[in-house]
Amino acid sequence: MKWILSAEDIQHEDRQRVGGKGYALTVLANNGFQIPETLCISSDTYQQYVEHTGLRERIQLELHRKDFKEMRWEEIWDCATRIRNMFLRKQIPEHIAKSLKTAIQSRFKDNPVAVRSSAPEEDTAEASFAGLHESFINISGIDAILEHVRKVWASLWSDAALLYRQEIGLSVEKSTMAVVIQAVVPGDRSGVAFTQNPNDASQGVIESVYGLNQGLVDGTVEPDRWLLDRKTRRIISHSPANRRFWIVPIDQGVQLNPLPDMMSRMPPLNDEETREVFNQARRAEDCFGRPQDVEWTYRNRSLVVLQSRPITTLASGKTDDKRGWYLSLHRSLENLKSLRKKIEGELIPAMIAAAKEMAGTDLTLLPDRFLAEEIRRRWEINHKWVNIYWEEFIPFAHGVRLFGQVYNDAIKPEDPYEFVDLLTRTQMASLERNRMLEDLAERIRNHPQLAEQLQKGLYSETDPDFRTQIDTFVRKYGDLSCAVTGGSQCARDTEPLIQILLEMANHPRALAGLHKSGEVEILKKKFLSCFAGKQRTQAVDLFELARTSYQLRDDDNIYLGRIEAQLLAAVQEARQRIKNTQIREAGDSTGTELEAVLADLDYRVQIRNPYRQETGAPFHIKPRQLIGQPGGPGIASGTARVVRQHADLAGFKYGEVLVCDAVDPNMTFVVPLASAVVERRGGMLIHGAIIAREYGLPCVTGIPDATALIATGDRITVDGYMGMVIIGTGEI
Amino acid sequence: MNRSHKIQQRLRELFESQQLAVLATHRSGQPYASLVAFYATEDLKHLFFVTPRTTRKFENLIADSRVSLLVNSSTNQTADFHRAVSVTVVGNASEVVGTERQPILERYLQKHPHLEDFVHSPSCALVRVSAKSYFMVQNFQHVLELHLNQ
Repeated sequence: MKWILSAEDIQHEDRQRVGGKGYALTVLANNGFQIPETLCISSDTYQQYVEHTGLRERIQLELHRKDFKEMRWEEIWDCATRIRNMFLRKQIPEHIAKSLKTAIQSRFKDNPVAVRSSAPEEDTAEASFAGLHESFINISGIDAILEHVRKVWASLWSDAALLYRQEIGLSVEKSTMAVVIQAVVPGDRSGVAFTQNPNDASQGVIESVYGLNQGLVDGTVEPDRWLLDRKTRRIISHSPANRRFWIVPIDQGVQLNPLPDMMSRMPPLNDEETREVFNQARRAEDCFGRPQDVEWTYRNRSLVVLQSRPITTLASGKTDDKRGWYLSLHRSLENLKSLRKKIEGELIPAMIAAAKEMAGTDLTLLPDRFLAEEIRRRWEINHKWVNIYWEEFIPFAHGVRLFGQVYNDAIKPEDPYEFVDLLTRTQMASLERNRMLEDLAERIRNHPQLAEQLQKGLYSETDPDFRTQIDTFVRKYGDLSCAVTGGSQCARDTEPLIQILLEMANHPRALAGLHKSGEVEILKKKFLSCFAGKQRTQAVDLFELARTSYQLRDDDNIYLGRIEAQLLAAVQEARQRIKNTQIREAGDSTGTELEAVLADLDYRVQIRNPYRQETGAPFHIKPRQLIGQPGGPGIASGTARVVRQHADLAGFKYGEVLVCDAVDPNMTFVVPLASAVVERRGGMLIHGAIIAREYGLPCVTGIPDATALIATGDRITVDGYMGMVIIGTGEI
Repeated sequence: MNRSHKIQQRLRELFESQQLAVLATHRSGQPYASLVAFYATEDLKHLFFVTPRTTRKFENLIADSRVSLLVNSSTNQTADFHRAVSVTVVGNASEVVGTERQPILERYLQKHPHLEDFVHSPSCALVRVSAKSYFMVQNFQHVLELHLNQ
């Protein structure tokens, strides 16, 4: 078996074994191009590794927990995270590692190398996997090199790669991966050359940056750009970049640094060099017989070709390739930092102001015509913020994901979601609200007379101080009636709030997060101790960013909920007037105006309602054990309370299992009463999972038919370790 | 090698080659069959499998420890009738707890490395079946019994 091959020894029949990148390098070397020292770890090695460690079947089990098409991308990210962690934790068996070590050490000594993916399905004319699989630059030491080989293997199963393979219809089972190990060429200028411009077949394109190529490839460093005439090879135009950064090697990796002033004033290539790059690239095109995308670097004026692959966008002519979008699922720390500034500095204050401004209008004083206008205006405001939510807030959630990956790479924990524990001790708005609820319940618990008054509905006779406390809560969070009734009774009504408080008071206080203090500090220390110098500063930055991102995952919904509540309040006022008019006299013209605006908008208002009931199957199904995703560890049994609409929340009893479509932060106040949480939407970082973890409750997410197959009153067991829900008893 | 040793050797080979066994339990006299991933000890005294505690099979075997397992080498082809070997195990099941759990799990994972996450879930039980008798069927209808001396 050929586990590791030298570029010079690779034959045509090895093409599948060494992947597209590995094979192209061999062709280049055989045609006199200057390429870096290169070894290829064949796909046979990958196959042996996954076979020997049991990972082959473990990966398949992970991917087949449920129908791939039914998984949301968050679930696919979770799958990819768990799979990546398997690769991080399973060493290469010694009998394979030994031959790899010998070959790598004798070829590269102690010099740093690049560890690059080279999947056999990569870089064919039909599909471009460029950027989907990982590559690592400047890795030193044999153990670190082999660890990065495993990371490259794992990237075969990244969320972006899984989604892309699914989209272009490539078999997941047959996926395999070769790895190219190359000496690092510490180039002073680097870039890419397209021998044919995807937008104009008569031209070629060259892009170039100072330093290493990584910044250009992942989009963090803006390149200078030249267009050349394919026929005459003359330079047609040069578009200089705003040159501010370059990527330089540091120990174990690379870093983005500010570009020295001198360099920022000069293009990385002169005209002669630009033509030399283009000529080399054209020669590669001649070797491969089709237009090429060539990566290159200059070191001391000597041109080295790093890789060459066919330009795929020319061949397919398809414009619906979503690779770009899949790649955008991963954001850089820099990108997230600027997003954070915008969210904290502009968007959230603006959201709070928008809700406050609307709350300032006394709807009851508005004539019908103005009320109709006000409803339209509020609908527009709400609509605008829902869009901002999707465009800015959801991408910001990637801060948590980025942190998760860095944490897992550093710690290689048994539980790939250990990093969530590090983020939980934050002041989420919904936790703060729940804490206030607990304080109110505590008061009822300690004062039996107060409890009795409330049970009898004698709210106005209760202690004025208690009522002040309730008022403070209502001013801050609303009276819960909007959440409980889905906005149909946003007119002030403290009854649902009192019901929940009485239920809470009947039982011991739930202690959110308290069980974990101290542990967090230990985890944080453990994480940060993996880094030194500049990398440590970056790790601290990322940790802070992830905390904000995690916290916002909950808070943004609360702020959005307040805006929506204002829209719903106006709608409710209109409904009430229509009802009153109908009682008084038929055919009132102003009533029609309000009816028109409601008919026009109501449908759209309801679009955001996630609690619609799925239509059931025509035949009788008795579910017994439903598989989802493990959202929070633990196992608990209880009576199911299936929440299909907000109104179902009001009767929530202590110890019940919350079963719902999606735990909305505006309804998390029942979580302290629950014994477990089951959610249709899948994912480890959705609200239900976050809040369940915070309260230490077992949680299963991603059961597609949860609210259809489970009924209120069913006795169910939630196994949060394995991610499944067992319904009923074992009667045969 | 005497006949008994030969049979034992065949059993070992079969158990080594097969991933799954059919487990029979019952509830109030109603038989109930399920599939389990198993491994058998070299001395053929015990077979082990892992199951969530929330399953019917687990509830059943806790209520009545008498169980049966079927292991066979058929491949869903006509030739199975003359070629396949089938072994029925009769014995008693119990959950393995305490310090002996870990070494058994390690051995179990050597055979089923892909079940690592499953066996380590706190909601799963490791079950031992202490065999009393084996009934081996070969060549379609040739049946031999192997009884363990108590």
